[in-house]
Amino acid sequence: MFKVSLTRNVLQRSVAKRAARAFAAPSATALLHTLPELPYAYNALEPFVSEEIMTLHHQKHHQTYVNGLNAAEESYAKSPSVKEQIALQAALKFNGGGHINHTLFWRNLAPTSGDGGKLTDGPLKTAIESDFGSIEEFKKAFNAKTAAIQGSGWGWLGYNPASKRLEIVTTANQDPLLSHTPIIGIDIWEHAFYLQYKNVKPDYLNAIWNVINFKEAEKRLVEVQ
Amino acid sequence: MSNTLPPLPYEYDALEPYISVEIMKLHHTKHHQTYVNALNAAEAAYAKATTPKERIALQAALKFNGGGHINHSLFWQNLAAPSEKGGIGGVLKDGPLKEAIIASFGSLEILQKEFNTTTAGIQGSGWGWLGVNPSTKRLEIATTANQDPLLTHAPVIGVDIWEHAFYLQYKNVKVDYLNAIWHVINFDEAQKRFVEATSGSKL
Repeated sequence: MFKVSLTRNVLQRSVAKRAARAFAAPSATALLHTLPELPYAYNALEPFVSEEIMTLHHQKHHQTYVNGLNAAEESYAKSPSVKEQIALQAALKFNGGGHINHTLFWRNLAPTSGDGGKLTDGPLKTAIESDFGSIEEFKKAFNAKTAAIQGSGWGWLGYNPASKRLEIVTTANQDPLLSHTPIIGIDIWEHAFYLQYKNVKPDYLNAIWNVINFKEAEKRLVEVQ
Repeated sequence: MSNTLPPLPYEYDALEPYISVEIMKLHHTKHHQTYVNALNAAEAAYAKATTPKERIALQAALKFNGGGHINHSLFWQNLAAPSEKGGIGGVLKDGPLKEAIIASFGSLEILQKEFNTTTAGIQGSGWGWLGVNPSTKRLEIATTANQDPLLTHAPVIGVDIWEHAFYLQYKNVKVDYLNAIWHVINFDEAQKRFVEATSGSKL
């Protein structure tokens, strides 16, 4: 009840704020975060990720992180002391991380009718083969490590800027990936797969490779290499 | 000896309509069973370990799976069929637990509200607990992350807030699950734990 009314208030304020900004001079207040649109229809990743999951995941879970982030940033801007700012760090990290992670996630997925599941020759394929031996070995290692997360979190293929290698890393809860440049992220929170795959995480992890957007992943790698 | 999956004290559909039979089946026969199996494997490996380094390396598996086994075992016991189906779920009788709840929170409704807010506020997977503070002997609300067992308090009521505990039925609406589950909380079992924790005989 408390959480629902907080969301409503935030939305009402955000609508009012946008209207006010249309007529007022730009202020020091940070722009509000918004839910990015999916680059495809809600059913586009079927049968690998169901329409039901995509709809809830995007419209409810990600939207909630956006709302929570906006509320936390608003409170942070108003905090009169470093103690209050520190007290807000958890909300910023959780909701900010949730927004960052899901935004990356939607973009590194694609329908099979498009770029989904297709890894063509190029710098990404070369790097995966070089750092993991083969694509299959990479997927196997990624899935094992991601399935082994003890709680909620994310599995990542990340670029280690120090070693200049691709590495598999995980983050807990909604912690963003900070130690590496994110190349591919996969959500392993239960809400990401449970309606369709129940407790059988490995089935979800095997399936999702069919809709990974390797083109977007390569773009991220080339940008940082 | 090996840990085993404890049977539920009721049928899989006993907690309907508050917790679905589908959830109860998966939760017990898949999730809890997996913690039991993995705990046995971790304990077997620990027994064979010969160095502190090897034992330390196994701590995470013991904590996660041991905690999962402990937490779910407590959970099944603190649930019961709802009163409208002839069960004791959701009924807080007069007695030491009721008195302590009123003393610490003002009323059962206030406890539920605070418990639900705190539990819904967990950032990730975890558990909401009503527990006895061993120093003050008072009831307090606590949370644990992931499958961490409750160590700071004596557990009186535990509520699983991992998404597998409610998602099939309640989707993202955690608050609906948390409101519903109070109809099937076994306050008799909770009181038993409370009395044991406050009896002073196990210091």
